[in-house]
Amino acid sequence: MASLKELKGRIVSVKSTQKITKAKQMVAAAKLRKAQAAAEAARPYAQRLEGVVASLAGKVTGDNAPRLLAGTGKDDTHLLLVANGDKGLSGAFNANIVKAAIAKANALIAQGKTVKFYLVGRKGRAVINRLFPGKIVGQYDTTDVRTPGFDEASAVAHDVSNRFFAGEFDVAHLFYSGFKSALLQIPTEQQIIPVKIPADAPASSGAAVEYEPDEEAILADLLPRNITIQLFKALLENMASEQGASMTAMDNATRNAGDLIKKLTIEYNRSRQAAITTELVEIISGAEAL
Amino acid sequence: MALHFELVTPERLVLSEEVHMVVVPGTEGEFGVLEGHAPFMSTVKDGALKVYDRDGAEPRIIQVEGGFAEVSETGLTVLAEKAH
Repeated sequence: MASLKELKGRIVSVKSTQKITKAKQMVAAAKLRKAQAAAEAARPYAQRLEGVVASLAGKVTGDNAPRLLAGTGKDDTHLLLVANGDKGLSGAFNANIVKAAIAKANALIAQGKTVKFYLVGRKGRAVINRLFPGKIVGQYDTTDVRTPGFDEASAVAHDVSNRFFAGEFDVAHLFYSGFKSALLQIPTEQQIIPVKIPADAPASSGAAVEYEPDEEAILADLLPRNITIQLFKALLENMASEQGASMTAMDNATRNAGDLIKKLTIEYNRSRQAAITTELVEIISGAEAL
Repeated sequence: MALHFELVTPERLVLSEEVHMVVVPGTEGEFGVLEGHAPFMSTVKDGALKVYDRDGAEPRIIQVEGGFAEVSETGLTVLAEKAH
């Protein structure tokens, strides 16, 4: 049995760990509210842009369609864009995204496709680099950015579309963590290049719409923006998910620390009592012997 | 007669209100939108958006970047990457 001093030391150390996890949980809760508000505020723009792109895409078909919509006509090289966080202490948040991306990559490789990775955020790099050495073609570092915003999304989208036009890949998939609630985050995969038009997109109204310049030019202007906004949405959802996952993980950690403290305290009291009893027995039997 | 005007950026819905007229700097020239304008879509060049609250009133100037304008039955919607 551990000595009293050792037990006391352990109790103190678990208590200080609990303080840290509790603080982190409260910080995450506060940040989660903010991130959720930001994700909600971004919705109107994304919805409207999606509606416009969908109605335009229905009109522009065939050879006139921009490359971002029509694709390269091939399906050989896939780029996997993995959006991760920069920090740990958020449960399985980063691991889940990476796991989804790895599963997809393995499936694509089994089909004989070439896979490349593009990483946003710091986490996940080590794992992917170990499993698929040399496949990471690019990375966007968000370490110095407190809250990844539209400028970051725009920079990534720009870089990725340039690579697309340079013929580095044919299809791009985006991996991020979809935010459902503080308890539930779902790793999500989304094809961003070529742009997929949702099938349930609202059909354009019957009214004759005038375009300035023509439909093709507007669509060509809007498609890169659509990619940016999808990325932006992913970054925002990721942020909310990260805080949600962090909150849940830290809540669990705090509770576990509490259980551990209780157990250690009981053990400590038992040993203390055992020591006292032994001492008493010694004294009494010593007195009897006299 | 009022025109429903919405200005939206990726970060948030900046404006959503009833105004008299909005003058939008389209890529192929400025155009003014009043209530009952025919359905219309245009890209917007970086520049000043002029919002007239009433007929003859001094316009409010909003600088927009990377924009797109859509006029439908419900009013005018301007999507801009930046507005200030």
